[in-house]
Amino acid sequence: MTEKISAGAPPILEVRDIGKAYGSIIALQGVSASVSAGEVLCVLGDNGAGKSTFIKILAGAHQHSEGTLLAFGEERRFSNPREALDLGIATVYQDLAVVPLMPVWRNFFLGSELTRGVGPFRRLDVQAMRTITRDELAKMGIDLRDVDQPVGTLSGGERQSVAIARAVHFGAKVVILDEPTSALGVKQAGVVLTYIARARDRGLGVVFITHNPHHAYPVGDRFLLLNRGTSLGDFAKSEITIEEMTGLMAGGAELEALAHELERPTGASGAPAP
Amino acid sequence: MTPTATVSQGADERIRKAGPLITMLRRPEVGAAVAALAIFLFFSLSTQTFLTPAGVSTWLYSSSLFGVMAVAVALLMIGGEFDLSAGAMTGTTGLIVGVITTEWGVNIWLAMVIALVVALAIGAGNGYIVMRTGLPSFIVTLATFFILQGLNLAVTKQITGTVAIQGLSAVPGFDAVKIFFGSSFPFLGMDLKISVVWWVIIVALATWVLLRTKAGNWIFAVGGAVASAREMGVPVLKTKVGLFMVTAGAGWLVGMLQLFDVSTVQATTGIGQEFIYIICAVVGGCLLTGGYGSAFGAALGALIYGMTLQGIVFAQWDNNWLKAFLGGMLLLAVLVNLYVRRQAGVRS
Repeated sequence: MTEKISAGAPPILEVRDIGKAYGSIIALQGVSASVSAGEVLCVLGDNGAGKSTFIKILAGAHQHSEGTLLAFGEERRFSNPREALDLGIATVYQDLAVVPLMPVWRNFFLGSELTRGVGPFRRLDVQAMRTITRDELAKMGIDLRDVDQPVGTLSGGERQSVAIARAVHFGAKVVILDEPTSALGVKQAGVVLTYIARARDRGLGVVFITHNPHHAYPVGDRFLLLNRGTSLGDFAKSEITIEEMTGLMAGGAELEALAHELERPTGASGAPAP
Repeated sequence: MTPTATVSQGADERIRKAGPLITMLRRPEVGAAVAALAIFLFFSLSTQTFLTPAGVSTWLYSSSLFGVMAVAVALLMIGGEFDLSAGAMTGTTGLIVGVITTEWGVNIWLAMVIALVVALAIGAGNGYIVMRTGLPSFIVTLATFFILQGLNLAVTKQITGTVAIQGLSAVPGFDAVKIFFGSSFPFLGMDLKISVVWWVIIVALATWVLLRTKAGNWIFAVGGAVASAREMGVPVLKTKVGLFMVTAGAGWLVGMLQLFDVSTVQATTGIGQEFIYIICAVVGGCLLTGGYGSAFGAALGALIYGMTLQGIVFAQWDNNWLKAFLGGMLLLAVLVNLYVRRQAGVRS
């Protein structure tokens, strides 16, 4: 359990001995971690490890019942997601909050549309929204031929990165990604990992939730390992190898089966699960 | 459903470029435009009356009454909901105005405002019940439909002793109102009804709202993926309730257009029309599942219906062919929609 306090600015998000109980059920306890600007924190754990609870606390969807949560060095207790969002903590959930039949640019600005004109002539500033969408996506390395195409026609990885780019454009300082690669094939997952790296390079903090060490390890700077609601440790990349991480996550007995499972997808096609 | 199968295998993750046909068919109204043209040509060539000024103004009038309603119903459908009470609403609003002016001597303008308020309240009621309970709007508005149908007959009979309004044209102010809702004017040699103008205005307004305003963006979003819309901060309740109120308001407009055209209203007015509006919207490219469609498409759907309705009369065929034709059009439209959606839209 390392408590890294960087010399300069405080971490964007930090939790100390945080915990959450739902009635008598303890979903999470004693978890400490932090993410700074330009850093990727990977949160790893098997199903039921407490990953969802952890991100819900960070995102403001649930309040923590013990420990402290610090945003930009200040102690916080979010009562709703809007408060977190206003501080620049954006969460991209698995459903991505996109409308498949709507064009990319309409999705990009959904709920925060740009308008011009006044009174009854107030109208969408379509040209500006198209341009900004194209530019923001280009910064993420997505070169769309046509921002008018429905989001539903994009590949899974591209849809994910549209959601990330949208969060970044609307002022996110840290992006929490809820299993962005879990529904994707190997190739598409690689695309998303590239975008995560790109967001990191642009100075954002990224909290990357996954159950796949092979996705986490190449892109992560720090790794928080969860198991059965408790922390197995918060490691810097230099402190842990991928094998150790996999071992810790799986627990010795199941390691062999897990390793077997992890090997298989590399030969499979790039198709995402339906 | 492997996305990579059709992706051009470039260096980056470029998406598949759709063919020109698919790109064109992505416009929801293209199929309806083709069908409308075919029907226009068919009846123009096969009947004497269809293309005469009198003929044209007849089917335009017919189309406009369905068209105003179909456009509103289309907006609601794009927003992911149905309103089966839309037909009965045209009767209810007409009856309110008819009864309280002829029986109780209420000022005709005030009576119209009262009818509008009642309509909007019923629309808002439909919307709130649907949103608060999560029940399908199909069921909720089916109930409203039967309630209105029953009230229209029972209340009208109780107050007037008959099932139709009489003596409306003798009400003070009737002629002034008729200018706005029941008059006609010469246009290109035709005697065009004012309802056609309303129809054009409504289509233009609805198209503007759908494509160029925040509200339009929200309508597509709440119909296409309501959870996503909510997560992005779209006021879902406000949008949907607003749509139900717009539909009810359009019911009021059509009620007035009919009332002031013929100076009377039957207690059964509008019954059975609710599905025709939905059919017009679907033929015009609206998806039954919401999130896709256009106001112009719905207007074309109404045009197809109006032309066929009158064309069959002009051709002196058995009127029952209309229903069979309508069913066929609907099936065809739904199949085209399904194809378009698979090509251009949802890939889960």
